[in-house]
Amino acid sequence: MESFLNWISVHQQMIYIVILMIFLGIEVIGHVPSVLHTPLMSGANAIHGVVLVGAIIVMGKAESDNWLALILGFLAVVLGTLNVVGGFVVTDRMLEMFKKKK
Amino acid sequence: METHILTICYLIASVSFILGLKMLSTPATAKRGNRLAGLGMLLAIAGTIFLYKDENGRHLHNFGLIIVALAFGSVIGYMAAKKVKMTAMPEMVSLFNGMGGACAALISIAEFNHLIQNPVNIGQMMNSIGFFVDDQSFGADRGKLLIILLGLIIGSVSFAGSVIAWGKLNGRIHDYAFKGQHVLNLAILALIIILAGFLWANVNGGVEFSAKTDFSHIRFSLDNGNQSRILFYSIVALALLYGVLFVMPIGGADMPVVISLLNSFTGVAAACGGFLYDNKAMLTGGILVGAAGTLLTILMCKAMNRSLKNVLIGSFGGGAAAPATPGKPGEQTVYKEITISEAAIIMAYSNKLMIVPGYGLAVAQAQHACHELERLLTDKGVEVKYAIHPVAGRMPGHMNVLLAEADVSYDKLLEMESANEEFPTTDIVLVLGANDVVNPAAKTDPSSPIYGMPILEVELAKTVIVNKRSMKPGYAGIENQLFYKPKTSMLFGDAKDVLQQLIMVIKNL
Repeated sequence: MESFLNWISVHQQMIYIVILMIFLGIEVIGHVPSVLHTPLMSGANAIHGVVLVGAIIVMGKAESDNWLALILGFLAVVLGTLNVVGGFVVTDRMLEMFKKKK
Repeated sequence: METHILTICYLIASVSFILGLKMLSTPATAKRGNRLAGLGMLLAIAGTIFLYKDENGRHLHNFGLIIVALAFGSVIGYMAAKKVKMTAMPEMVSLFNGMGGACAALISIAEFNHLIQNPVNIGQMMNSIGFFVDDQSFGADRGKLLIILLGLIIGSVSFAGSVIAWGKLNGRIHDYAFKGQHVLNLAILALIIILAGFLWANVNGGVEFSAKTDFSHIRFSLDNGNQSRILFYSIVALALLYGVLFVMPIGGADMPVVISLLNSFTGVAAACGGFLYDNKAMLTGGILVGAAGTLLTILMCKAMNRSLKNVLIGSFGGGAAAPATPGKPGEQTVYKEITISEAAIIMAYSNKLMIVPGYGLAVAQAQHACHELERLLTDKGVEVKYAIHPVAGRMPGHMNVLLAEADVSYDKLLEMESANEEFPTTDIVLVLGANDVVNPAAKTDPSSPIYGMPILEVELAKTVIVNKRSMKPGYAGIENQLFYKPKTSMLFGDAKDVLQQLIMVIKNL
């Protein structure tokens, strides 16, 4: 138990970030008009594609004879890239529809 | 030096995510916001590839494979996103979200294997340093395992759920509910938590045990490794199963809310990766999406006047459909049909026509036909406008996107409040595949499940023509008294077919 508390205090910076980000996330989109719900969701979807960074690290750390890690990492990078690229392009296309009419 | 530059890259990326999200929630800046977040992402990814160093100060390797994977994902993602039809956007978003969830789960699996394959660390620590420091490092492992499990479970649920949501939106998977499903779901969730807790405590105990005694017990913790592995993969399987069962009973029209919820799940899963790698960009991006996604889910529910609990437990989706159907005695249950040519004639000779597009129009992809009809009627001197309910279509705001795609001009789209003001002076309302958003029961029947939902008051117009595929109730599973009103006529058929036939007839008038 004590060691777990220890872990918390080691990571206190991260925990602060988590708490502040929760408030910020809520604050930032608080007044979104319902017309933008779909594009906003899609944009947020693209942003959590940042998980790709983790996939790249897994892949990059894997020893070249560790097949399991290589395969997992490769798959993760492909899927993460799909999330990022697809997410941003789809959002851009959706918003294109709005802009044209203005 | 390089590490410092990377830190700054991540800092810029984090700020770009926050600003991007902020700009995305205002129409004027939305497009720039999306691109800004995209640039920040590019910076974070490029920085990771070239500047990242592990604890031992080594650069990443396997560059070739990373680049191949990135190129592969980019090409497929780009093509899929460019080719997808506007009506299929929501399911595309769901699929991309699922990919992100799967990515997070795979990271957790890889890190777990790394964790149990390298207990050497523990041995070294115990050998050289004292007990107290040991305890700290075991605590770190324990914390790490907790994060791995969290990322794994949330990521897997998000992946499985998103794929099911995708299948439901494009009609490949149908609603499936059975008695006691909620109980089973809860049981599975409880089992996942128990197994995860057991695994956590197990590895915990093993390590502590060897820490308190001597070196020989490392073997014990290795044996534990195999058991842990079985336990770990059972958790993966259960989490995937839970994701499937969680989304299965929820009705297709509620999918937007579910996708938004799963979207925020994936955000949290991504943030777990931030903890694992002490990576602030992943942490901020993930938590930001987790929080904003949760709020967005609640906002979407509010726009539909539903509670999140209601959506998830699915009282609309399957369970409550039965008690809502029986019509009250004494109420009219006869409806009248109208033919295409009749409808065409009264529309062509009206003064003011209001089109109410709904889910049916989106499904039939009839937005272009709809725009053509509008132009044709405008040429004939009819004033044509659209009344857009906030939750019309497949997602809030989706209808605006669809009609914009078909070049319908912005000032013809009326929001609910202004449309309701204009209905009394409207000759004809053409309802295209909308149902619950025009159901007067929302105003008149306190026992109705949609009571209190703001609706388009089409019954104020002189004539209402309703295009539907059949008399089946909408996704709320309730009868619509509007269809039985004397001023309402039904025009059955697929929205696109019906519109095309109407156009033909009106052209020849």
